[in-house]
Amino acid sequence: MNRSPRVPRLRRLILPALLLVGPVFAGEPPPARDLYFSEAVFWAKQGLYFDALERLDAELIQHNGLDEPQLDTLYPFIDDAEFSVGDFELSYRMHSRAGRAITAVLEGNVPEPVRNEAAYRLARIHFQKGQLKDALEALDRIQGRVPDDIRDDLEFLRANVYLSTARPEEAVPILRKLQSSKSWAGFADYNLAIADLQQERGEAALQQLQKAGTIKATDESALAIRDKANLVRGTLLLEAGRYEEAKLSLERVRLDGPFSNQALLSAGWADFSEQHFDRALTPWNLLAARNHTDPAVQEAMLALPYAYGQLNVHGRAAVLYGQALQTYGEELNRLDQSVESIQQGSFLKALVREEIRKDRDWVIRLRSLPETPETYYLMELMASHDFQTALSNYLDLEDLKQRVERWQVSFDAYEDVIQARRAYYEPLLPGLDQQFREVDSRRRLRLEQHKILTDRMQNMLVAPRPDFLATTDERLVTARLNRLAEGLDPETDAALLTRIDRLRGLLIWNVRTQYHERLTQFYEDIQASSEAIEVLNEQYNAYVRVRQAATHSYEGYEAPIKRLRTRVADASQRIDRLMARQGHLLEQVAIRELKRRIERLEGYEERARYALADSYDRATAAQSAVQSPVEGSE
Amino acid sequence: MMRCMKALLSGVLLLGWALAGWAAEPSAQELRSLDDQVQEIKSDVLGIAAELSVLEEQLLFPSNTQVSVFVSLTDAPSFRLDAVRILMDGALAAHHIYSFKELDALTSGGVQRIYTGNLPSGDHQLEVTVIGKLPSGKDYTQTETFTFRKSVEPSLLGIALAGPGAIELNNW
Repeated sequence: MNRSPRVPRLRRLILPALLLVGPVFAGEPPPARDLYFSEAVFWAKQGLYFDALERLDAELIQHNGLDEPQLDTLYPFIDDAEFSVGDFELSYRMHSRAGRAITAVLEGNVPEPVRNEAAYRLARIHFQKGQLKDALEALDRIQGRVPDDIRDDLEFLRANVYLSTARPEEAVPILRKLQSSKSWAGFADYNLAIADLQQERGEAALQQLQKAGTIKATDESALAIRDKANLVRGTLLLEAGRYEEAKLSLERVRLDGPFSNQALLSAGWADFSEQHFDRALTPWNLLAARNHTDPAVQEAMLALPYAYGQLNVHGRAAVLYGQALQTYGEELNRLDQSVESIQQGSFLKALVREEIRKDRDWVIRLRSLPETPETYYLMELMASHDFQTALSNYLDLEDLKQRVERWQVSFDAYEDVIQARRAYYEPLLPGLDQQFREVDSRRRLRLEQHKILTDRMQNMLVAPRPDFLATTDERLVTARLNRLAEGLDPETDAALLTRIDRLRGLLIWNVRTQYHERLTQFYEDIQASSEAIEVLNEQYNAYVRVRQAATHSYEGYEAPIKRLRTRVADASQRIDRLMARQGHLLEQVAIRELKRRIERLEGYEERARYALADSYDRATAAQSAVQSPVEGSE
Repeated sequence: MMRCMKALLSGVLLLGWALAGWAAEPSAQELRSLDDQVQEIKSDVLGIAAELSVLEEQLLFPSNTQVSVFVSLTDAPSFRLDAVRILMDGALAAHHIYSFKELDALTSGGVQRIYTGNLPSGDHQLEVTVIGKLPSGKDYTQTETFTFRKSVEPSLLGIALAGPGAIELNNW
């Protein structure tokens, strides 16, 4: 069977919001050859980790329970399977269980590269959870040979742990080596700059960021880190008052990348700070036309008329302040509606809409839905890692709830099936069993006879017994001759006895001279009989299996179903409780975040209102100044 | 306005720390505690699912009659798979239309269980129809018929698809 070649085990993403870039692992499963393992991969590749785990857990339990696991098709892939369970659990946000599973591999009797990979994965989990000390301990366990495909990943993780524990001097040599790595080059350059910043080596950091910001890149993650390096460098230079240099970096940020808005805003401020108010208009005009929910855009809407004001174009400034006020008002109105809608419980209902969840871009779709103020700001809320985790958990709980509800309905259906089978089989089975016993007694008799004949043939191979091979007629004739001989007197009937002896001799002659042919025939008959016995045994076994299957189709399910029903009911209650708490927290977080936006916007609104009035005054004054000389001349 | 700018600058630089600060709020701690409980319930429900799937298999697809059909795809098939139709002894057993995600999963080494059912022991016919599109844009349909023997063990049949003229049936 054809299968795909090995796929990359790890994918890298970046967290755009974090200054310190760390690796994010999507838990790509390795290629599989075992059927059930491959089925688990099929689910995992679609992001359906519950199904993947359910399949692979069952396969591993079965494999581990085998007497001779080396004969199982999973055996050659058992390490990959064990790691994949950990990967799937991580992807399903089950860090604790993933950690336990990987620890079990680590402490097992496994080859050095496998143990080292396990230690690396454990360190990665600890790092992702912010348990830096544990991450370091796991990394310290790595000794000897490391699999080639994780060597760079491991070193990058080690450097990140050092950076996170304020040990930049230890991170630097590792990151320097990674600068030539194909997959981590841009990230290493960027993190070297972070190490320089931690060591308060500002100029070195700027140089390093310059390098990271000018790498050649084609894939999205490398492009994003390049943008980020440019944004951070530009921001640092802006703060240092080196506006021209700042602009050069900020202009390298892609206009369609995730850091574009912030870069445009800062580029405008760089020009503004140099009193180049006209130049600041270009990035801010571009930015002001973008999505008004973005804080950078909202700030640009205020900065843009300010720049016009500095250019003494007060009329245009007044118009733009008016537009900003209108936008802020609309946004505030929308935020109020969002908060109100969330408080009414619409947020949670919208999140679990089936048609939305099936869509790849469901978060974006939520925004485009009409009359859904509760989810309008979801994209912005998603920028927070904690909110994402909470939301993912809420959606996972909803998924679990739906599964559990389906199971509860299934139990009733199973019981109906069992009841129908019982009603069908129970009246039939006693009659069938009676017939079977009769047939079976005949079978046993035939088996006994076959055994006797087989034994006899075996004995004849050792000690020939031609008499055993006499035909029925010959036996009857012999018996008859014997009876005749018994009734004769040897003295008076000597002639008759001689004739009888002659006849006996003839019979013995035939039996002995035909012995080999008869033995061969006997052997062939035994063989034929063995085949018939085989068929008989097969029929017997088939009946026994069918008979057992009939009983097993309705017997022995009550206890497990009852137990499962109880467990499912208990799980259902716990899920409901957790969903309520998780949902409430999500609402709280969302409302808190939206209120922060409201506060910020209200601040902008107040400033815009004041600036608007000021602009009108200045515009009017300017107009008066223009008109006065005219009036004077008249 | 310059105050705005200063605020912005510190905002950019401290974004990471700002998030960390938010995470330190009490509700974030509660979120983390909830996260642990969610992990726990996931683990429990997975345990139930494993036990339930064994029970379901025993009840609905006993091993002596169980037949499962799996579909696999090479990593670079010479066509785009749209659908697979399976007929078991002339009766429609499955007709699956593939989503983008499913195709991606298949080309990445995944194997799809397309059908599980019950059949008595003996010889049976499996008809596989593959519907797709060729690189030229032409529609492509191919049907192959296979005979297989169902024994008392569960039958695991694998359909391997590589492209036009390449439908294989394997017994796992």
